Formats: sequence, structure tokens, C-alpha cells
Amino acid sequence: MNTMTLPINFAYVISAGLFIFGLKMLSSPATARRGNMLSALGMLLAIVVTLFNAGLDYKWILVGVVIGSAIGLVAAYKVQMTSMPEMVALFNGFGGIASLLLAWGEYHQHPELSVFIALVTFLSAFIGGITFSGSMVAFGKLAEMMPSKAIVFSGQHIVNGAILLAALVSGVIFAMNPADTYAIFLVIVVVSLLFGVTSVIPIGGADMPVVISLLNSYSGLAACAAGFVINNTILIVAGALVGASGIILTNIMCKAMNRSLANVLFSGFGATTQTAGSAEQQGEIRPATAEDVYYILEAADSVAFVPGYGLAVAQAQHVVQELGELLEANGTEVCYAIHPVAGRMPGHMNVLLAEANVSYDQLVEMDDINPRMDSIDVCVVIGANDVVNPAALEDESSPIYGMPIIETFRAKTVIVLKRSMNPGFAGIQNALFFNANTRMYFGDAKASIQALVGEFKSD
Amino acid sequence: MEAVFLTFVFVLSIFLGFELISKVPSTLHTPLMSGSNAISGITMIGSLASLKADNLTVAVILGTLAVTFATINVVGGYAVTNRMLEMFKKKDAGGAK
Repeated sequence: MNTMTLPINFAYVISAGLFIFGLKMLSSPATARRGNMLSALGMLLAIVVTLFNAGLDYKWILVGVVIGSAIGLVAAYKVQMTSMPEMVALFNGFGGIASLLLAWGEYHQHPELSVFIALVTFLSAFIGGITFSGSMVAFGKLAEMMPSKAIVFSGQHIVNGAILLAALVSGVIFAMNPADTYAIFLVIVVVSLLFGVTSVIPIGGADMPVVISLLNSYSGLAACAAGFVINNTILIVAGALVGASGIILTNIMCKAMNRSLANVLFSGFGATTQTAGSAEQQGEIRPATAEDVYYILEAADSVAFVPGYGLAVAQAQHVVQELGELLEANGTEVCYAIHPVAGRMPGHMNVLLAEANVSYDQLVEMDDINPRMDSIDVCVVIGANDVVNPAALEDESSPIYGMPIIETFRAKTVIVLKRSMNPGFAGIQNALFFNANTRMYFGDAKASIQALVGEFKSD
Repeated sequence: MEAVFLTFVFVLSIFLGFELISKVPSTLHTPLMSGSNAISGITMIGSLASLKADNLTVAVILGTLAVTFATINVVGGYAVTNRMLEMFKKKDAGGAK
């Protein structure tokens, strides 16, 4: 302890205040950017004052900061908006591994820990490890470096249970006598990394919004635990804010799918439900050409675009925006109705459309569009499937029964852009496609919309 | 007592976090995630403070790695959040055709 300890800790209080104000300003898109700046300022302040601690090894700090900043900046400015979920998954993982390394480093320097400190050291390493390897798997799935489908095998729950049990037992042994159990600590590190992998592989691509939110929360909680280890309140405050944020997002995502967290984590959804309810919902589909769709849109007073992950895959956000502009110029009221789980992470579609210069007041939430759906002339569904499937409301045998959907079928006309008649993630046929007021417009989303833009322009 | 005090801080922060985050509109959920991600890079503070002048030891290697990863988180997280939030614009009156 030196004379700087007190001012440093006061500076941390200011940092915590800036984080809190920063998050508060995220409550509106108009102030959000300044909020982020405030938060970054808080972080900068905390980092700078920490450097005033006595006896630091600046050489290695410089090495870490320079390498880290370079990687961080390149990643942040190179990443495409469609790849944002991968990016966030990756960063989550780095936050986790940093907590693990911090706990490990602290333990390595001071192996004589009290039971409480040993326990939080265990938690920090364990949660950090899960966050890291789990995020890497999520990253691999999102970046399609590995199959994004749920990977399930028999006895999976038993294997996961055994790993978790091993971790907890190691944790207890470690906490009882940390000074003599270095090997056990290493076991904890390995087991936590293993557990992260085995707990994320059974989760399918479209459930990724939940997983990323949960891992986000873990990275905060790991930071929190690290704060307990080094007895530092700013880590605890900041970590708790992040932890709470992740938990709220996880909860919103689960609600939007009408599934419990346990169901998302353990059911292997999407790998096991292919058989459900496909046979009975057949009927006639009504394909439409670009010209047909053009006439429908041209006559419409109000159009709601309903984007899904397919929009991101086709990189169609810019052409959709262009089409939206043309429609508005034609006197049509345009909005974009976004389901909470559309895409691969919370808010994914909003960011893509914002990137394409769609005004944020045109981005409408599910709960705001559904009550006025009857008055919408045309819904254009782009690369979304399960989130507009009426089976969620009507068919009790459907695996997605009870999930809130964007009720496009109530609009006067629905145009569905789709590559083919393949069912969506949940493997369920969509009754919407066979409705009398639905027209199917087959093809690549981007090319299809480009064709529509062409029709409008040539007119 | 230290443990009680820290737990106290933890519990209050969680409540505060719930209050704050539940006000964030779903439009901003992606920037919220990347921004809160950057905040979780706060572990950088801990790893900086743990890098005491020393020869090249296991502790220094662990500390330097921790600083590197946390810095990626902090710098990359804030930068990408800023980049995203920059794009959220309201259409200005003259801009639209």
C-alpha cells in the first residue's frame, strides 16, 4: 500500500459512475453514442490511475497493451456488420480468458489463500474458462468454421454432468487447501475449458442469441469473481453490470422463443425435432415473379419488411433499404418489423439495417407491429421463417407452439422471399407459405430485391 | 468483514444493472452487448496491478497475457460499439428523397 492507494480508489468511484451513466444513455439511440464514449472515458481513467500503483513492470504492460490495442482496433474496424455475432462471441471469450489468467496469476504469486479467496479464485478461473472455450465454439459455429447444427450424442447430459461434478469437487478440494494443490488448480483450468466446449456444442445455430447473451453474462461474472480475488470494487461493480445485462438479454431471448433456458441449453433443439408436424400442412403455394411483386408493392399504402437471418446471409440490407426509399418516394409508409430472436444475436437485424442507413424510428418491435398488423397492406418476409410461422399460435403439437411471432398472416398480403421450400431452423413446415394471401417470391434475397428495385426504377 | 463488504457492493451493482439494462431498447441490444463486453475488460485493471517488476516468470507471462486479452476486449469493444452506434441515425429532413 502506498500513498496513491486512496486517490486511485477515488478515481475508481468516478469510473464506476461513468460506466453507469454510459449504460443509462444507451436507453435511446440519440444519446447512445455519447454514452459509449463516457463509458470508454471511465475505462481510460481507471486504467491510467492504475498505472500509478507502485512497483509495476511497465515493460510487460506496454507489450500487452500495444499488442492488445492493435488486435482490438483492427478487428473492430475490419469486421463486417453481418459478422457482428462472431465478433461479440470472440470478445466475450477474451474477457473470460483474461479473468482466468488474472486469477491464475494472483494464485501463482500468493498461493496462501483464505478459504473465501480460494473459492472466488476457483470461480473466476472456472467461469472464465467456460466463457473462453464456450465462446470459441460459438464463434466457430457462427463463422461456420464448424457445423452450426446442434451436435448431440447419447449420454451427453451424463458426460456434461460428470464434468461439472469433477469441476465442483476440484473446486472444493482446492478451496480447502490452496497452498498445496497447484495441480488441482490446473485440473480446474482444463476441466473448465472442456466444459465450455461440451456445453455449447449441443446448441444449434439459431439458438445462438441465447448462448451469446449467456456467455456475455458469464464474462461479467468472471470479472466480478476476479474482483473478489484481488479485493477490487471497480471490478465487482463493472462485472456485475455486465452480468446483469447478459442475464436480462438471455431472459428476453428465451421469452421470445417461449422456451426455458434449460431447454435451450440441454435439448439439442433443431437436431432432434425434424420429424414434427411436416406432413399435414401441405397445400398450394402461389409463386410470384418480380413483376407481380412490383405491382403489389406499388399499390400498397403500407409495407412492413420482416427480416431474418437470411437477410444477413444474403447481405441484402442495402438493397432492402434502397427498395424502402423507393417505396417511400412512391408514397408508401414503410417500416421494418423485427422479432427479438431474428438473426444470430440480440439486435442483429437492427444493426444491419442501421448500417444500410435505415432511420432508427422505422425499426419496429414485435409488440408494436402486431396490434396494427391488420392495417398493413403488404408484409415482405425476407429470410425469416420460424418467427413468422402461425403454427406457433395455432398448432399445439408444433415444437414452436407458444412462441410469440410477428403475425404477418394477418396482413392483407404477405410476400415471402425464400431460396426454396426448405423448412427453417426448427425443421417445421410453415403454414404461412400456403395461406391464400401469401405469395412466394423464390430466389436469392439480394438478387430478388435488386430485381424489384430495377422494376421501380425502370418505371 | 471484507468479504461481506464486497458482496454488498456486488448485490447492489446487480440490482443497479437490472434497472439500467431493462431500459435499453431492443434496437440497441447488439451495441449493448459489445459495449458491456468492453466494460467486462475491466479485468485489465487487475492484471495491470498484478504485473509487478520481476524477471520473466510464470506470473509475468500470465499477467502479460491477461493484459493483452483484456486490452483487446476494452479497445476492440469500445471501438466496434462506437462504429455501430455511429450508424444509428434518424433520417434528417433534407436527406430523404
